[in-house]
Amino acid sequence: MLILLPAAVVAWESVLAGTPEASPNYKMTEHWWGMLIDIPKCIGCGNCVRACQAENNVPDGFFRTWVERYHVSDWNLANPEVISPDGGKEGFPVATEDAGKYFFVPKMCNHCADSPCTQVCPVGATFISPDGVVLVDQKYCLGCAYCVQACPYGCRYIHPQKKVADKCTLCYHRITKGLTTACCEACPTGARQLVDLKNPKDPIHAFLKTHEVQVLKPQMATGAKAFYNQLDGSVR
Amino acid sequence: MRIFRDAGHLFRYAGIFVIGTLAFLAIRGCLVPRTFGQYGHYRGAAITEIAAKPIHYAGREACETCHAEIADKKKQGKHASVGCEACHGPLANHADDPSIQPAKLDTAVLCVRCHEASAARPKNFPQVASADHSNGLTCETCHQPHSPAIEAGGVK
Repeated sequence: MLILLPAAVVAWESVLAGTPEASPNYKMTEHWWGMLIDIPKCIGCGNCVRACQAENNVPDGFFRTWVERYHVSDWNLANPEVISPDGGKEGFPVATEDAGKYFFVPKMCNHCADSPCTQVCPVGATFISPDGVVLVDQKYCLGCAYCVQACPYGCRYIHPQKKVADKCTLCYHRITKGLTTACCEACPTGARQLVDLKNPKDPIHAFLKTHEVQVLKPQMATGAKAFYNQLDGSVR
Repeated sequence: MRIFRDAGHLFRYAGIFVIGTLAFLAIRGCLVPRTFGQYGHYRGAAITEIAAKPIHYAGREACETCHAEIADKKKQGKHASVGCEACHGPLANHADDPSIQPAKLDTAVLCVRCHEASAARPKNFPQVASADHSNGLTCETCHQPHSPAIEAGGVK
């Protein structure tokens, strides 16, 4: 009984603190968020990585989104050369070798509809919100890093100061206010597009019908909602 | 009734069980946050807490409410689809309080970030080798970033 008292006090304080004001006019049940990533449009400038870091106070050396540069030589399709210096934050070294093909692959949380990371959480600290965004309750997270291991895309990390799991929130604090994500806002070429699959007027529906769109690691059946246009087969 | 003879010890156990159950429910009620289970096996209030975080990028609509002139100019040019904060950086504090002046930009860093020639970039994206493109002149000597085509030279 005495052992439980401090925990009860903490819990009671969080009850008394109440919840902050929710965004008015935003109904979670009317949205199902995802992201469209248009590979041929990505120029590898790193704007998205810097924007994400500025918007979400991502610590140096950790990434909620990052950009990889693939170089696939003609004879070596199974083993592409992949670089991502500091997550592509300051861009990429100039490529002079013209042989083979190059392309950039921005990566981020896929906000899976059947996400492995939320299934393994022992305390219910990470979850899929009713509008399809995978979030972390950092007040509840123990920092056991089970979810970090479970994510097949490597999109989670343990925050070095807070010692809890941290990841892309799809800028949940922005999209609930009618804004787009910081990475989409900063992308100069429109290679990233926030999409709302429940909005019948969203251009994503026409796009999905007319383009070769793929998700990462489809064989894992995660229900990933980061849709990649013209994704090369060599991308891991 | 014969069946309840000497049954006092059973009632004592039942009493302990009832008190134990009530104590368990009371402690559980204190420890489990009120909104836990509101939407699923998690604390529902976490959603509103995450949604309440402050923004840093104001969004181009916010910029255009005051800087309509530049927005119009930008819409005519090649950079029409580029967001203001793609180059200017996060400026929600400036949008909230215009007396906060954004930092001056350095075109020597910004332009090459996207336009430095590299075999890795998409072939249809305009690129230059900055070292021998401008003969040492800064980019904005010829190109205005809000509408970068050189009008006088006829370069499109």
